[in-house]
Amino acid sequence: MPSHLANPLALIAELTHRCPLHCVYCSNPLELQARSAELLTDDWERVFREAASLGVLQVDFTGGEPLTRTDILDLVRAARSAGLYVNLITSGLPLDEAKLAALVEAGLDHFQLSFQGAREEIAQEISGTKAHAQKLRVLEWLRHHRLAVTLNFVLHRRNLEQLPEMLALAESSTASRVEFANVQYYGWAFANRDSLLPTREQLTHSIDFLKSAQGRLEGKLRVEYVVPDYYAKYPKPCMGGWGRKLILITPNGDALPCHAARIIPGLSFENINSRSLREIWECSDAFQKFRGESWMQEPCKSCDRRAQDFGGCRCQALLLAGDAAGTDPVCQLSPDRQKVDAVLAQINLDAGNGATAAQAQTAPHPPAAPPTKHEWLYRPNPS
Amino acid sequence: MSIELTSKPHLAPGVRLGENQGQRVLLMPERALRLNGPSLEIVQRCDAQHTVEQIIGELQQIYSQADPHKVESDILNYLALLQKERALDFA
Repeated sequence: MPSHLANPLALIAELTHRCPLHCVYCSNPLELQARSAELLTDDWERVFREAASLGVLQVDFTGGEPLTRTDILDLVRAARSAGLYVNLITSGLPLDEAKLAALVEAGLDHFQLSFQGAREEIAQEISGTKAHAQKLRVLEWLRHHRLAVTLNFVLHRRNLEQLPEMLALAESSTASRVEFANVQYYGWAFANRDSLLPTREQLTHSIDFLKSAQGRLEGKLRVEYVVPDYYAKYPKPCMGGWGRKLILITPNGDALPCHAARIIPGLSFENINSRSLREIWECSDAFQKFRGESWMQEPCKSCDRRAQDFGGCRCQALLLAGDAAGTDPVCQLSPDRQKVDAVLAQINLDAGNGATAAQAQTAPHPPAAPPTKHEWLYRPNPS
Repeated sequence: MSIELTSKPHLAPGVRLGENQGQRVLLMPERALRLNGPSLEIVQRCDAQHTVEQIIGELQQIYSQADPHKVESDILNYLALLQKERALDFA
């Protein structure tokens, strides 16, 4: 390995694109892969061994819904015996008490349960499925097992006012960690952006609320918060830097530097059945393309922050400014920042028209977004 | 939030020691902490048997060249960091 190239720390195993939920902000690509294209158990087992020997410490089992894989117990066992720390990121839907016990027995380290809100109605609107009651059952079952539990709430304009209820749910559970992750806008979420982006007022309230919660709960519950990129001053270090920390394997075995990389024109992805994971990490075109700093343009190229945020997100640069090698337009130094500001101005103008001044002054929490008719684009289930 | 000298720290559920390429690490959700020398000595004693006071005493013996007050404050700071990460429970 070239001496400057660090080893990856985590493997994101997108085991399947099948899912009982149809979330309007799903991070899967618009073109979903069919069951018939999915890797076999043996393929994944080999990937886990190759990943561990490459220095990977953790594997995230995700999807789609990873529990729809009938070999999920074998996969957990294989990853654990390869020496990896095994995270399961799940909706909790295709699960019962016996299956949970079997997963823990197989060596699952960390159970991350995703929520669409604090109530059934919003969960159903967002996921197109009745899912919330089952998640509450899963939280009860988790009390009987010894493993790390994280609750993950995906935040947006339609559920931000439920934040205190969401936190109360996390506090009453066995979770040691709760993530409040605002939707970021790629793929399905990009298509539904105008119905999902929060207002500035909602965001400010939520940050104040969670800052005080973090202080109160320190040492008891780790409270993590991710703001929408659009409201940030500087971009996030997307994926910890391109080809720097993470490898994502899609259901059919293609290795990607990030979830959305497939949208970038001109990139081709190698498959774990054609090359070793080490070769892919060290020299595949896709991983090399935006690694390091040589691809950067101004203002990133000479920016003091370039080793902190690595120019931000390539997919966001493509989606908003039409150039995957440009500065992430959410950056206030980006020549395209006004495109983001225009989107925010429209969202905040629309919301302002719906709420009265009296509501805005007296409400303890930001008023819910005005009731508009939402035309959601739901993510389908692949064949 | 403070660390009681008589409490017995132990690793929280889903937190465990691991090793990769000869490097010991503390594995937990979304994190892996490299363990070297003193940090490894501390974590290995977070077993619900040792009190914080005993951990301090044993490390002061191992690192007998170092200032014992410095050893104590370093240990308390490290345990507080692990507690903040929710990597420890205290019996």
